[in-house]
Amino acid sequence: MEDLSFHHPVRERAGGIRQSAIVGVVASGNLEVLVERVLPDAECAVEIKTAAMGFGEVWSAVIGDFVERYSPGGLKFSINDGGARPDTVSLRLAQAVRLIAGSEQ
Amino acid sequence: MTAPLPHIAPAERARSTSFNEASARTRLDLLLDAGSLVEFIGPEQREVSPHLEIFGLPEQFDDGIVVGHGRLGGAPVFVAAQEGRFMGGAFGEVHGAKLLGLLRAAREIGSIPVLILLDTGGVRLQEANAGELAIAEIMRAVMEARSAGVKVIGLIGGRSGCYGGGGLIAGCCSALAVSEAGRIAVSGPEVIETNRGVEEFDSRDRALVWRTMGGKHRRLLGAADVFADDTVQDFREAALELIGLIGPFGLDRLRAEQGRLADRLRRFGACQDAVDIWTVEGVAHAETVPELPADQFIALASRIGRTSRDAR
Repeated sequence: MEDLSFHHPVRERAGGIRQSAIVGVVASGNLEVLVERVLPDAECAVEIKTAAMGFGEVWSAVIGDFVERYSPGGLKFSINDGGARPDTVSLRLAQAVRLIAGSEQ
Repeated sequence: MTAPLPHIAPAERARSTSFNEASARTRLDLLLDAGSLVEFIGPEQREVSPHLEIFGLPEQFDDGIVVGHGRLGGAPVFVAAQEGRFMGGAFGEVHGAKLLGLLRAAREIGSIPVLILLDTGGVRLQEANAGELAIAEIMRAVMEARSAGVKVIGLIGGRSGCYGGGGLIAGCCSALAVSEAGRIAVSGPEVIETNRGVEEFDSRDRALVWRTMGGKHRRLLGAADVFADDTVQDFREAALELIGLIGPFGLDRLRAEQGRLADRLRRFGACQDAVDIWTVEGVAHAETVPELPADQFIALASRIGRTSRDAR
């Protein structure tokens, strides 16, 4: 297992008022993303526990691209990863932002 | 898995969502009255397995099971749903403790039904002792809850089926609803083949696996009370039906169940294959049962009966 942690300054606060949301499942080639609204509006954090060692640079690129595109200010993402590909990671992160921004629950 | 579109009514979503393909949380969201699910020990509490990290395996924040309470048709219910894609839905220490705690709470209250959405290969091998203990404690807790007047209903239609200790727990429930995909057994196909040889059971013969362990056979044998089509709405309606049907539990019912099982063994004990059982049961062209669409199969199963309102 490898633990990775990323902190980014963010342009603006993420939409919605939900406090937390979860998406995905920990399985081979998949991951779960737990997102919580616990940070100051101009910050974003991503904590990753992954079964696939040595992919720090790929994670850094995927997270950097995600923060730039979605501006998830105030959100902390906690990820349990079962060795997902970068496109799956991007999809789950986008789903997490959409879920926590949603009105349901 | 994306957020629902607001103009789709919950019942419409439940009708168009495959139970088999949905996640544990989605199953509960759509099974219960809209927005009524309240989770106990949710993922944000990070109550993860204490064992998996030792093996270098990834954890899941809910340890693969969602427990909570909600409403079904306006009435309160306790619910548990296993996530069959995380470690095959298998029971570990925390996973088992969450279901056990729910059943003990239900026993204390004594009147609120429990729905268990079983989706499991059995015990998690990496925490086998804790998992085996959890199975034993859960079986006892199911019987104690039933003795206290609680209806405990198993809903089985997930991709991991219901195997190992999960099959034992299913056998303790007041009633079961199953879909075609919901296999129920104790030893799985590979386990039987490994221990008894390919002559006994060829695990690669998928048709054999499905007609021996699949939901249709379990319904025709009377092991499952209701056959559901593979939508969350169908399982919701099955749960409502079963809550209405389940009678009081006591020694008389256990004796009736023993009688039902003895009668089953007497009638079918010499049969070599599920098709033989269906034939003895009076099903014409029994070999066509696996191909029957859900509505035709339900009509057939209703004619055959086999479930007993007195037993279990």
